[in-house]
Amino acid sequence: MSKKFWEELPQGSVVLEAGSSAKFKTGSWRSMRPRWIEENCIQCMFCWMYCPDMSVKVTEEGKRADFDFEYCKGCGICALECPGKKGNKAIVMEGEGN
Amino acid sequence: MGKIVAVTGNEACALALRQINPDVCAAYPITPATDLMQRFSGYVNDGKVDTELILVESEHSAMSACIGAAAAGGRVATATSSQGLALMWEMLYIAAGTRLPIVMPLVNRALSAPLNIHGDHSDGMGARDTGWIQLYSENAQEAYDNTIMAFRIAEHLDVRLPIMVCMDGFIVSHSIERVEYVDDADVKNFVGKFEAVHPLLDLENPKSYGPLILTDLYHEYKRAQHEVMTKVPAVIETVSAEFAKMTGREYNLFEKYRLEDAEIAIVVMSSAAGTTKDIIDQYREKGVKIGLLKPRMFRPFPFTEIAEALKHVKAIAVLDRADSFGGMGPLYSEIAACVMQMDSKPAVTNKIFGLGGRDYLPDQAEYVIDELIEIAKSGKVKTVKEYIGVRE
Repeated sequence: MSKKFWEELPQGSVVLEAGSSAKFKTGSWRSMRPRWIEENCIQCMFCWMYCPDMSVKVTEEGKRADFDFEYCKGCGICALECPGKKGNKAIVMEGEGN
Repeated sequence: MGKIVAVTGNEACALALRQINPDVCAAYPITPATDLMQRFSGYVNDGKVDTELILVESEHSAMSACIGAAAAGGRVATATSSQGLALMWEMLYIAAGTRLPIVMPLVNRALSAPLNIHGDHSDGMGARDTGWIQLYSENAQEAYDNTIMAFRIAEHLDVRLPIMVCMDGFIVSHSIERVEYVDDADVKNFVGKFEAVHPLLDLENPKSYGPLILTDLYHEYKRAQHEVMTKVPAVIETVSAEFAKMTGREYNLFEKYRLEDAEIAIVVMSSAAGTTKDIIDQYREKGVKIGLLKPRMFRPFPFTEIAEALKHVKAIAVLDRADSFGGMGPLYSEIAACVMQMDSKPAVTNKIFGLGGRDYLPDQAEYVIDELIEIAKSGKVKTVKEYIGVRE
């Protein structure tokens, strides 16, 4: 966001632009990083539904694609909720930079 | 001329809300404001208003629902007292910071502990810094008139801030007085149609309320909030002048009573001003040049105007119906700031009176005036802050 003077601010800090949260990239907060293991993925889309931001990308065919790390804070909810395949998780958390 | 009736302060304010017919009221009962919203809920029940009345589980929820309804684009009101206002605390700041014109009669009552249900200004003074406009009323007539004017002030496009209309618990809220009502049609016409600013229910233009604003802009937002408060006095004066045209009842930022040629002055708010005026009349008959200044608008505080109105007096007693423990009374602090702007620098004392509904009696006013006469002669203040009407 550009640095505004106090005279220019919208009344009551109301955000008048729809969908502006897409500009708020939170990937730099991350210390843990999810890794998607495609062969264990059953396409249940739980990760997409549980993600508190918008880090799980979906293809035009409605299939799960890889993570969008610009929005991933590394919270790990997707890895926790992932049912995986036959006991093997399709998402695992790994230390950032490892 | 409107109908003349004998009613309580609560009854009059409930009627004002009926005449205004807000879109939403969210309320939770608390003595002595219970009676106000109970009467209003009767109007809802009887179909006298179209208001959506939300009966919530706490005052925190009441203010939260009011904030939601105001952001949605509705004309919103509630009422509370004491602990109820205290429980609203964090939401009060959000209502003001978000610039939502919520109108709230505040029936002033003491705060616990010890538990007490009677009138003093501890609740309102606790909300001093929340960013709400505060008007204080001397009697039921003023509470009724201020409630009607409050909608115009809060909703003014230069303002868009929440407002508290304060009256003394029991002394005004539950005492029957002569009140002159404004006709329903005149109130409706005076208050006008509500104009929503950035309503959430305008689905064609989606928007977000309550963003996270950190170090890069928070300071600027507070500067803007300070600025809007500076516009409030002019709006109050304009709305009050228009109200005077309609009713013949004149209101200013503060009331001056026999102050023009006064040598000594008492500053006091709300119902205690009435008693003080009577005693001032008695002293005037004896030739004592004493006057009174009764602030109506406490937030924002009219520093320059009050400094101008008091600059010719030699001594001032500021009577606070609340205390800031370990500090000075809240009204004293404001008046002291006014005195700092004067070249004349009158002596100022602070009297704490009437806490928890303790009666403010003529002998207390006489004690204060007798001391003021001495201070004006000697120029010396013995005790700056003192409790009066206290057993010791």
